[in-house]
Amino acid sequence: MATTPAASPQDHPADAFLSGATSPAGGTSTNPSAGSVTGAGSFRHAAGPYFGSYGGRWMPESLIAALDELEETFEKAKVDPEFLAQIADLNKNYSGRPSLLTEAKRFSAHAGGARIFLKREDLNHTGSHKINNVLGQALLAKRMGKTRVIAETGAGQHGVASATAAALLGLECVVYMGAEDCRRQALNVARMQLLGATVVPVTNGSQTLKDAINEALRDWVANVDSTHYLLGTAAGAHPFPAMVRFFHEVIGEEARGQILEQTGRLPDAVCACIGGGSNAIGIFHGFLDDASVRLYGFEAGGDGVETGRHAATITLGRPGVLHGARSYLMQDEDGQTVESHSISAGLDYPGVGPEHAYLADIGRVSYEPITDAEAMEAFQLLCRTEGIIPAIESAHALAGAIKVGQRLTADQADPAETIIVVNLSGRGDKDVETAAAWFDLIDAETAAEAVAEAVIRAADTAADAASNSAPNAAEANQWNGK
Amino acid sequence: MSVDPTLNGSSTNGSSTNGSSTNGLSTEGSGTEGSGTASKSAAAIDRAKAQGRAALICYIPAGYPDVQTTIDAGIALARNGADLIEIGIPYSDPVMDGAVIQAATTEAIANGFRVSSIFDIVAGITAATDAAVLVMTYWNPVLRLGVDEFSRRLAAAGGAGLITPDLIPEEASQWLEASQKYGLDRVFLVAPSSTPERLARTVEASRGFVYAVSIMGVTGTRTAVSSTAESLVVNTRAAGAARVCVGLGVSNAEQVREIAGYADGVIVGTALVAALRDGGVPALAELTTDLSSGLRPAGTEAH
Ligand SMILES: Cc1ncc(COP(=O)(O)O)c(C=O)c1O
Repeated sequence: MATTPAASPQDHPADAFLSGATSPAGGTSTNPSAGSVTGAGSFRHAAGPYFGSYGGRWMPESLIAALDELEETFEKAKVDPEFLAQIADLNKNYSGRPSLLTEAKRFSAHAGGARIFLKREDLNHTGSHKINNVLGQALLAKRMGKTRVIAETGAGQHGVASATAAALLGLECVVYMGAEDCRRQALNVARMQLLGATVVPVTNGSQTLKDAINEALRDWVANVDSTHYLLGTAAGAHPFPAMVRFFHEVIGEEARGQILEQTGRLPDAVCACIGGGSNAIGIFHGFLDDASVRLYGFEAGGDGVETGRHAATITLGRPGVLHGARSYLMQDEDGQTVESHSISAGLDYPGVGPEHAYLADIGRVSYEPITDAEAMEAFQLLCRTEGIIPAIESAHALAGAIKVGQRLTADQADPAETIIVVNLSGRGDKDVETAAAWFDLIDAETAAEAVAEAVIRAADTAADAASNSAPNAAEANQWNGK
Repeated sequence: MSVDPTLNGSSTNGSSTNGSSTNGLSTEGSGTEGSGTASKSAAAIDRAKAQGRAALICYIPAGYPDVQTTIDAGIALARNGADLIEIGIPYSDPVMDGAVIQAATTEAIANGFRVSSIFDIVAGITAATDAAVLVMTYWNPVLRLGVDEFSRRLAAAGGAGLITPDLIPEEASQWLEASQKYGLDRVFLVAPSSTPERLARTVEASRGFVYAVSIMGVTGTRTAVSSTAESLVVNTRAAGAARVCVGLGVSNAEQVREIAGYADGVIVGTALVAALRDGGVPALAELTTDLSSGLRPAGTEAH
């Protein structure tokens, strides 16, 4: 494991880079296999464990051997043509890649008239970008001879994707999900069960995503011989941030090629939402070395950053260590993690991936908060102008694109000269209930009842279909200390 | 047997340059000692050793249910057989802890526990007893206060050092420096999964003793001590450790006896927290007395 951070945040190499200097002093590049701009002076393919002063391995010793094994397996796999061919095949013939790049022509009017292009990760199998990462990691799990994968999930998207990959590759799957989130996302619980996974409600702590990660880590410590922890975002201990990014780089590579093909030039800006940061780092990566492309990450502003009820980790957090990495962190004066709040379960996380912390410090990416209300307005706009129901997470990127579009076109004669790519990280099927309640289309209680009924029916079906789910559940409860 | 001098010597510490191998009260490893202050943890373990037994190391969480109870409980531990006391800082994301300790630390935080009170607790216990008092903490609370500031105040309170369950030597440069400066013990963990290279590195970075986790898992009581614990102790000694203590899952005198047969110290946590929860300080004291009865190898009980 390397020991020296590549560059100090004070250097602001991006400033020099963006103003035309040729040599950004970013992360080091070690990946010879992919990408157009590699080598010294590139921001791309930063290998970890450190991104500036962020990243690392703040982990119990018990797990270090497993992290070493994972790192070794990943480093070999990513230069192994057979592995890369397997990924390419699954991306194409299972997930449905490349995902489309769709121009949102009517939505554009709300973004100052800038041309808006949506990178359609919502069209992937399972409905979000999450599938890119789980297929890669599940293949690595098999390479390591592991028979079982565990995952955390907030909204259930990563849990569903993990259950899907496990079913596809014949792995046992246990998903930890905060009890509060299980209730809020009952249909996704049923989906995971239908796919043969065991869902373990986590009742300790705040009963949300961060506690689900804690519980998954406890499981991993106890079962590391047989089990791979399929972390769902570009956070956590090395090699997770660089590895999860690697599996999502396809988003940015495709988007860059598609925008060049459709418009003949690079975009002025790329927008993405930030939970842990995986969809964002995946699309940003394609453009990191394109000095003319401004990159924007939109964090969940919840009720508003001034209310304290938000998940704007980079905007308001301070550096600390959580879940294995040093990064920005929502924490109190004592270093206790502060609970985050967002209408979007997928952004409701008090930490953020370390590469984003670095990119924020050096100024290569701008991070801004978007409130629940702004996100929901953009959500509705996209539904009505383009006939696309976005995930509420992705609606944060859309709301950000509206602001960026208005800003960039403000003093422009022809606003259509401005081109913005938005990562539409997922579709909104899972969010219909939340959105319907937000817009008073149905009253929340009726909706909850309807969902609960549907779930009971789905769970019955799942139990009948998967005779092995009962022993798994019992075991899972035991691991969960119940 | 816990006191075989051939196993406890520093024969593998070939790189020692500061004479620490002649002195039982210095670092575990060889190359990192700088402070003149002797290790309080090592001294406590060696006092037990001189009595022909392993040391008893008892864990309780700070502020559970309040700060004064923790001080009273710490004093009770020392008076009923604990040689070293480990006070845990309640933390929002305790990934190495099982249900019992999680419940206690969650309650402590809900009751308003503040990290700065750890220094009052340590001072309160060290003022009243001879036990070495260590603080067990996840790393972020230390980072937040500042590693140097935390170390300075811990040393001023009479604390022996830190046990750091989510800090590995590779990430510990600030802590190596501060612990050196203030003469504090660095208790890193080794696990059954640790490779020989990692054992060597961790032993080298440690001061006071090395914490061997008996099983792959989190804190909580277990019905049996796994056989991996003994081989881990052997391997950790082979990597150069002078003192190796075993914890995780130890809950009764019988298990203490088994581990005392091959380790320098036995660490008990969850069982004590459950006793404190169910019967307060009196129950804690009673269990400690009972646990300490297991410290001598069978047939050598003395009073
Ligand atoms: C559709 C969608 N977008 C974004 C996210 C946020 O995660 P990340 O920041 O890792 O992309 C999630 C997480 O669940 C999601 O489901």
